[in-house]
Order: sequence, then C-alpha cells, then structure tokens
Amino acid sequence: MMYGRKRTINTTIRYTILIAVGIIMVYPLLWMISATFKSNNEIFSGIGLIPKNPTFDGYKNAMKSYGGQINIIKSMINTYSYVIPRVVFTVLSSTLTAYGFCRFRFKGRNFLFAVMISTLFLPQVVLNIPQYVLFNEFKWIDSKYYLPLIVPSLFASETYFVFMLVQFMRNISKELEEAAQIDGCNTFQTLVKIIAPMIKPAMISAALFQFMWSSNDFMGPLLYVKTPTRYPASIFVKISMDADAGFDWNRVLAVSLISIIPSLLVFFLSQKHFVEGISAGSVKG
Amino acid sequence: MAKNVSGISIEASPGKSKIKKNLRRNIGFIYVLPWLIGFLVFRLYPFISSFFYSFTDFQLFDGIKEVGLMNYKEIFASPKIMKAFNVTFKYAFITVPLKLAISLFIAYILNFKLKGVKLFRTAYYIPSILGGSVAIAVLWKAVFRDDGLLNTALAFFGVEGPQWLSDPSYALFVISLLRVWQFGSAMVIFLAALKAVPNDLYEAAAIDGAGRGRQFLSITIPIITPVVFYNLVTQLCQAFQEFNGPYIITQGGPRNSTTLISLLIYNNAFKSYEMGMASAMAWLMFIILTVFTVIAFLSQKYWVHYSDEEAK
Repeated sequence: MMYGRKRTINTTIRYTILIAVGIIMVYPLLWMISATFKSNNEIFSGIGLIPKNPTFDGYKNAMKSYGGQINIIKSMINTYSYVIPRVVFTVLSSTLTAYGFCRFRFKGRNFLFAVMISTLFLPQVVLNIPQYVLFNEFKWIDSKYYLPLIVPSLFASETYFVFMLVQFMRNISKELEEAAQIDGCNTFQTLVKIIAPMIKPAMISAALFQFMWSSNDFMGPLLYVKTPTRYPASIFVKISMDADAGFDWNRVLAVSLISIIPSLLVFFLSQKHFVEGISAGSVKG
Repeated sequence: MAKNVSGISIEASPGKSKIKKNLRRNIGFIYVLPWLIGFLVFRLYPFISSFFYSFTDFQLFDGIKEVGLMNYKEIFASPKIMKAFNVTFKYAFITVPLKLAISLFIAYILNFKLKGVKLFRTAYYIPSILGGSVAIAVLWKAVFRDDGLLNTALAFFGVEGPQWLSDPSYALFVISLLRVWQFGSAMVIFLAALKAVPNDLYEAAAIDGAGRGRQFLSITIPIITPVVFYNLVTQLCQAFQEFNGPYIITQGGPRNSTTLISLLIYNNAFKSYEMGMASAMAWLMFIILTVFTVIAFLSQKYWVHYSDEEAK
C-alpha cells in the first residue's frame, strides 16, 4: 500500500518538474509568436498569449526593405543559397573521408586519423583571423558566391560530421562489402551501392545538423559578407533589431520569427534524426 | 583472377595480387585526400600563421613588422583585456556546470517510464536547435528588457524585477542563461547514456537496500562518467568561444560586464584590423582552453570509468 502511494507521489513530482521546465522552454517561443500579432503598445503590457486586437502590422512592416536593397525574403534566399550547397558538400566530403579512414589501412592512416580527431579541439577562435587574411588574399571577401562560406565544406572541414559517420560506419558489418568486391565492384561502387544506403540515417543527421548550424551561423557572414544586397537572414535580423528595437517590436519579432520558420519546419519533419544523430555521434566506440 | 572457395583463395599470380592488395589499401588515402588538402590549407596553415602573427604588429592594410613578445606583454598590462579574460572564465564557470547539472537532472527524470516523455523531450530540444540563431538572441532581449516578458511576469506576482540587461551584476548571468536554456543536446546525450545502464544493476542494489538517491550516486553516475566527460569538454570549448549572445544582446555592456574575450578579439581584428594583437589574444585564449582540456583528459583516470573494452 505504502509503496503504491509513494509511487504516485513520485510520479506527480516528476510531472510537475517536467511541466514547469517545459513552460520555461516553450513559453518564450509561444509568446514570440503571439507578440508578432500584437500591437506595439500591447506587446510588453502583459504576458498573455492571445492578442487583444490582432494585427498584421508586424508582418506588413517586416516585408519592408532597408534602403530598397534588402528585405527579409531576399535575405533568406541569400541564406539558403549558401546553406544548401554547404549541406550537400559537407555530407559528400565527410562521407568520403569517413569511408577512407574506416575501411582502408593505408600508410599513415592512424597518424592522420589522430590529427583529424585533434582538430575537434581546435577552436575556431584561433582560426578566424588567419582564415580571413587567407580569404582576403584569395579575393573571396564579399564574394558573390559566398566562397568563404561554401568552399571549405568541399573538404570535410567540419570534423564533427566525419567523426559521427566513422562511428556509424564502424558498426556496420563488412560482409556485404566483401561480397560486392568479389562481384567485381570497385571501392567507389561499394561505397555508393552498399555503404551509403546503410549509413543513410547518419548522413541525414549530418545534413540536418549542418542545415541548422549554417542557417544560424552569424559570425561567418558577419566576417565575409559586406554588401547589403548579399546579406543573409542572420545579419538582416540583427540589423532590424538594431534599427527598430525599442519602438517597433512587433516588426522585429515578426522578422525574427519568419527567419526561423524553415528551421522549425525542418525540425518538426525530422525530429527523430536529430536525436539519433547526437546519440550516435557521442557514443564512444 | 581470384576465386574464394571455402575461405581459401586461389590466386593466379601471387605477386600481382599483392600489388593489387596494396593498391586497394592505399586507395583509402585518395578518399581522405580532400580532407587532408582542406586541413592543410584551411586549418594548419592558418593555425601556424596566426601563431606568427601574434608576434607581429600585423595590420591588415598596413604591413607587418615583428615585435616579439610585445603583444603578449601588452595583454597582461591591459586591465581591459584582463577583465575580458576574467569575464570569460566567469561566463564558462556559470554556464557549463549549470547546463550539465540541468541536462543530467532532466535526462534522469525523462528516463523514468512516464507517459509523454517524447513530447517533453522534443519541447526541451527545440531551444538547442534554434538557440544559436540571431532570432532567439532577439527574443532573449525582448524577454529580459526592463519591461520585458520576465519582469512583466514578476510584476504580476508583485515582484519588481531588476534591470537584467543594464545592470552589470545581472547581464552576464542573462547571457549565460541563453546557453543554459539550450541544454537539450547535452540532455539527449545523457539520456542515451542513462538508457544504456543495465537494469539488473539497479535491481541488485535495490535488493541490497540502496534507495534511489544512493543508486543514482553509486551506480548511475559512475557508469555515465564517460558521457559526463564528453559533455564537459564540448561545453567548455563552446563556452570559451561564446560570441553571438553578448555581441547581439548586450554588445559587451553594461560597463564591459559581458565583454568576453571573443568580442575583444573580434573588435581588434575586424574593426581596427589589428591582426597581430588580436592573434595574440586568440592564442592566449587557445592556450588556456588547451590547458583546461588537458587537465580534463588527465583527470579522467580519477573519475571517469570506462568499461573494459573501451579502456583498451
């Protein structure tokens, strides 16, 4: 009897904590959504979610451009014009690299693998300045094609993803590959036909994380994009905030919200890959 | 021509197949070559050159001259830079333990078989995905403004909230909270580790009369220490490099109370183009971070328990 009652109490405590934390996690986001439909006078007058006099002014104003050069839609097109190539290149180059490290015992493999892992601990802070100098010499600063943001991804520059794919590939049995070899597949065909389909979940996770991180990236465009017409959403939102925070909050919040809609959609459509991805990447093998 | 009959391979010419085998092994090098080129050009070369820049007065549009240790001496003599290092430490020591504690605690609760766990997990995870975006930094500013969401809520309960963002004693904490709020990814990692703890260990402990708290401390924690370690190191690396939060929300203010070292590096390098001085700050910061990472790695043998096959 006592035991059952104790269990009910425990469950109640646990749910109370989960719900309280849940509110802290989600309420600001819900409030943000509702605030975009409130008038500027109303936004900070209460904490409620339902607008008293719903208005679309925030959204209407959000579509306005700055100096006729850039608006939120255009800036989002800019964002995805480098995010998408970056995602594709990252997944392809990281998969090739992971395959090379995981399935071949070439000379110097262990050394190179150790070097690669050590770059996980190489902070971007020491690289920003010399990379800027380097890209400046390449004449890539403010490049029309966002070269500094895209080109490194062709070279598996984000070690984290290579590491994640290696972890995943390790757990896949080699039998099928050996069979494919006997059937006359070369190593590249084996990768495409046998391995890629099996590590697809990890590749999808890598793609999703890269999508989120690149869409959120602020430092990169801050350093390498200078012309207003080429600004991505992250910079545009920052500028909107600097210009209008204080008096035009429904506009600022609407701009912010619009800028994260693609990320939100992608997240809700593919949640389980995120959870699997981080769990797989972190488990040491 | 090789035929594989019951595990014995019959080779037409053994010499040729050896070459072929060697070639096959070394093809692996071709696959990692793009990474290697990228590493040399975009990582190693910049890494080494920034080390040299740190001993010069390199100005992007103004030439370069060696100055020896002068940049470093200047750093230690400058109260502003020293304060930025200090603020960075404070930031890391608030953010990392708080984030780890909360993510472990929530993962622990989620690990009980409760209904709706998935829903909660998703809700807790959203901030981690969006948190790095400028949009969320904007939201943070709206929440912690003097008349923002938080203070309006506090006023509802009759409490007058402080000026979170303009009072130097709170601003850093608010910036910290933005990262703590994003505990979701650390939580998911902890949750995966907790799920892997064998159930019979708990049962055995329960038979021996250990309560939940005791079980958590003596069984759960030791088994998941490798994951605690992983989260600790990654969060530490992130915290020391934090830039977006303070840059977007407080611009380093009020009274430099949120000027992390990354902000000073940015201002020096990309506002006044003093690449030499900025490189010296970045290197000092890198050395400090490396020391912390090495300490963490060395300390592993005192507190991180790897299972047998992993310890090998």
